[in-house]
Amino acid sequence: MSQLPFDPLFVSIATPLAVALAIAFGLPKRYSVKLAYVGFAVPALLALHCWYHFPAGAGADYVFATQYSTGLASLGISLKLGLNGIALPLFVLAGLVGLAAGLYAIQSQAERLKHYLMLLLIMQGGLMGVFASVDIFFFYFFHELALIPTFIMVGVWGGRDRNYAAMKLTIYLTLGAMLSLIGLIAIYVKSGANSFDLVTLRHTLVATPLAGGLQKHLFGLLMFGFGILVSLWPFHTWAPLGYGAAPSSAAMLHAGVLKKFGLYGLIQIALPLLPLGASQWTTVLAGLAVFGNILVVGFITMAQRDLKQMVGYSSVMHMGYAFLGIACLSSLGAGGVVLLMVAHGLSVALLFLLTTSIHHRTHTFDLNEMGGLAQKTPVLAAFFVAATLASIGLPGFANFWGELTIFVAAWTYSKVLTACAVGGIIISAVYGLRTAARVFFGTPTEELARVTAAHPPADLRWSEKLPAIILLAALLFIGFWPKSLSTPLNAALHPAWPAPGALPLQTTSGK
Amino acid sequence: MFAAMTPELLQAAAASNQWGAIFPELALGCLALLLLVLEILLPKSAHARIPVVAILGQLVLLAVLLWNFAPTGLERDTFNGLLHHSRDGQFMRAFFLVSSILVCLLGTVALAKQKLPRVEFYHLVLVVTAAMMLLAQSNHFVLLFVALETVTVGFYILVSYFRASPLSLEAGLKYLIMGALSSALLLFGIVLLYGVAGNPALPGHTAEAMNFNALNAFLAANPDNFLAKAGIVLVLAGVAFKIGAFPFQIWIPDVYQGAPTPVTAFLAVASKAAGFAVLLVLTLRAFAPYATLTVPILSVLAAATILFGNIAALTQHNVKRLIGLSGVSHAGFLLIGVVAAVSTPLALGAVYFYLAAYLLATFAVFGVMTHVAGANDAEQELDHYAGLARDNPFLAAVLAVGLGSLAGIPPLAGFMGKLFVFIAAFKAGLYPLLTVAIVGVVISIYYYFGWIKAAFFEAWRAPLQEGEIDDRPARTPVAWPAGVTLGLLALCTVLLGFYQGSFGEWLLTR
Repeated sequence: MSQLPFDPLFVSIATPLAVALAIAFGLPKRYSVKLAYVGFAVPALLALHCWYHFPAGAGADYVFATQYSTGLASLGISLKLGLNGIALPLFVLAGLVGLAAGLYAIQSQAERLKHYLMLLLIMQGGLMGVFASVDIFFFYFFHELALIPTFIMVGVWGGRDRNYAAMKLTIYLTLGAMLSLIGLIAIYVKSGANSFDLVTLRHTLVATPLAGGLQKHLFGLLMFGFGILVSLWPFHTWAPLGYGAAPSSAAMLHAGVLKKFGLYGLIQIALPLLPLGASQWTTVLAGLAVFGNILVVGFITMAQRDLKQMVGYSSVMHMGYAFLGIACLSSLGAGGVVLLMVAHGLSVALLFLLTTSIHHRTHTFDLNEMGGLAQKTPVLAAFFVAATLASIGLPGFANFWGELTIFVAAWTYSKVLTACAVGGIIISAVYGLRTAARVFFGTPTEELARVTAAHPPADLRWSEKLPAIILLAALLFIGFWPKSLSTPLNAALHPAWPAPGALPLQTTSGK
Repeated sequence: MFAAMTPELLQAAAASNQWGAIFPELALGCLALLLLVLEILLPKSAHARIPVVAILGQLVLLAVLLWNFAPTGLERDTFNGLLHHSRDGQFMRAFFLVSSILVCLLGTVALAKQKLPRVEFYHLVLVVTAAMMLLAQSNHFVLLFVALETVTVGFYILVSYFRASPLSLEAGLKYLIMGALSSALLLFGIVLLYGVAGNPALPGHTAEAMNFNALNAFLAANPDNFLAKAGIVLVLAGVAFKIGAFPFQIWIPDVYQGAPTPVTAFLAVASKAAGFAVLLVLTLRAFAPYATLTVPILSVLAAATILFGNIAALTQHNVKRLIGLSGVSHAGFLLIGVVAAVSTPLALGAVYFYLAAYLLATFAVFGVMTHVAGANDAEQELDHYAGLARDNPFLAAVLAVGLGSLAGIPPLAGFMGKLFVFIAAFKAGLYPLLTVAIVGVVISIYYYFGWIKAAFFEAWRAPLQEGEIDDRPARTPVAWPAGVTLGLLALCTVLLGFYQGSFGEWLLTR
């Protein structure tokens, strides 16, 4: 257990928010930047601390649990924080990606850097809160807290089409968030527990489950609500556009961490509380995931000429595997999804970071105008190839374990879908490797040669290298030692599905 | 009834009129008169101090009210049943007082740009506020109507206060006609109810048919009376005008645009809230036995109001019209709360919380509007906000917080208000209304966000040609009282989103 004299979870949420508040109240720029280091480092260090001190054998129950009253006790809302085996990996992910995104932002020389950092810090505070919340109201609340700065960052610091992208992002994500909010309120009201506390809700709903028909409606609401937030096909169109326009650190945090909110909500809240409902939606979910996210979006990704859009589409595609894992309704599938979420979060953040670094050197995102960059920037090329391989799912990187576990779980669910999904790996290999080849190898186009002659591209600076190293190191660490996350994860998932791979509800299902 | 009373009984009735119970209203009325006296007595050079007196006096009054927020003798009737004092009434009193203070403050900023007599403005605002306080606590149709007319007549003058502006005069005329129509509907409904409740042929008939308690008892004894139904519908229609619910919202865009900005804020917040206070009293107390009639009517109104307000606001470029129509949609959300309150006690607290959040956010936005507006008060376009974030980050931040709260974005107070209303609606089982509400929220994001976009995102503007003048008004520099107030409003909006504390506890525990 934690030996700290304070509550690590609360402090990891409050520190970035406090720094953001200080900047909002007009802290001078020099101090703002220095304090921003603190605001990004403290959550990351505390997350690692919690990971290191996570008690062996724990995971099913919440560790580091604390409760604060905010004056809504009569509604059953209180700020209850804690980590279980499902939340821990994502909490660590949020800390690490936050640190990397923060470091990258500090060196980015963005216009109005102070305000940019302020918004990123708010986002970071929200992200730590999402995964540390046991109270599902605050779970939603922190998600929105993290989401709002994204809109502003896309609109103000964004690239091409930022106004359109910001508006589209806002409307889509608000719709998704409202649907999930209604779903969460529905669970709260219908359970009769008069509490938003997930533990209480779980006890109540295990004792007196909701009727099957009601569960079906509620799960559908949550599935589409969360699904829009995770870019479930065909509600994914906001994602590539938004990521294409977003400034790099915002894209890293959103695609890397915030988007996992929906999947996390499905695994942590919807599946355990609405098991009967989930079993009625699996066909739809798996179908949309495999045919929509993996195959359709996979082919769209192959056709992309814009590097950043390509990364955006590829992240949409990888969410298909996550949805497929959830549709398996087994501890193996859900566990694989959590591992994939962490791995994908790290790798997509790394890709967005490197994409921006490439852009700084080539001044274009167009793949057809690039080539031969590896001669000038070998380190950048090495990082990019590593990130690409990770995102394809090469063994040794964390992504491999996530995808492998999902495929194993999916095999017992549907062999056809699994075969299609595995075929998706080929698609991602094609576009991933082709992109790496186009950017870094071959001969530079005339236009690029002109640009590079005018501004000779420097290799990755340390300020860019450091965040990339953090992300890559985490990917490799989990890739070589997945047990560090999977043990508590297993403990948390086990009670819901006692036998790995078994469909849990066949005995109790109404069918 | 009074004819049968002996002089002794009348004296006893007069003595039982506890004047202390309406101390805030009396004090406000006296303060209003004091302002006029000061204008006569003080030399012209000292007239600038009169608004300060008005604001300080109200602040003192607010402090007294909050200090003695739960006086002994709450939950009782005074003045022979004209008034009913309750903690909800106390809340509304504080609410109106706060909005009046803020309107006076905005008035000092906006009136400085006009060549007009100043003092009457504050006088009228105070009188209207006192009437609203009485209105929220009325327990009798006579008092309700008199208080409502005092409010409305005050607003006739306030809306056309900028008498040099044709748009302000036009707005005043429109408000006069529409207000008269709504008063007529209300009065007709009251008369019908009075007539039917006094009919000796019906069971439970009463001589005191104007009194809400007596009316309630009569309605309970006659569950399916056609005339009573007609009366209730007409009264609700009259109130729907005040809150701007569909289809009685037609006056809103023009009147909001033409009225001086502080008056628009007053209309948008206090007048709307007064309408809701009356609506709550009527649906929950007087008309409670006819819930099977009021609930469907209000539900349809709520759905139509949300959709109309949001869709109509989408195409607006004038920010006053925009905020007026967005206010229409807020009336719809509040109506959901009112409908839910019929069966779920929690909803009442939700409505009050929503109103409080709405007050903070709306005044924050109006505060920014008064500073961005020029001398031509009616022409406030979205373009005028271009570059606000660069030129005046403080105003832009306040605007963003206010609009975000109105849009219902967490972690701001407006989101908590919507959340409470949604929870209450869920408990009351109003699923179709919730669906409409979600659609409304998503649509509203477009125009609120468009406004924020106008202020924050850099948009290209053609460079000015030689001799061309920028048609956008110069922004008023923010003086410290307005700055402090706007900062406080924004801060409270944020704080109330994160931490509701004892305020939330007080509102939601019932």
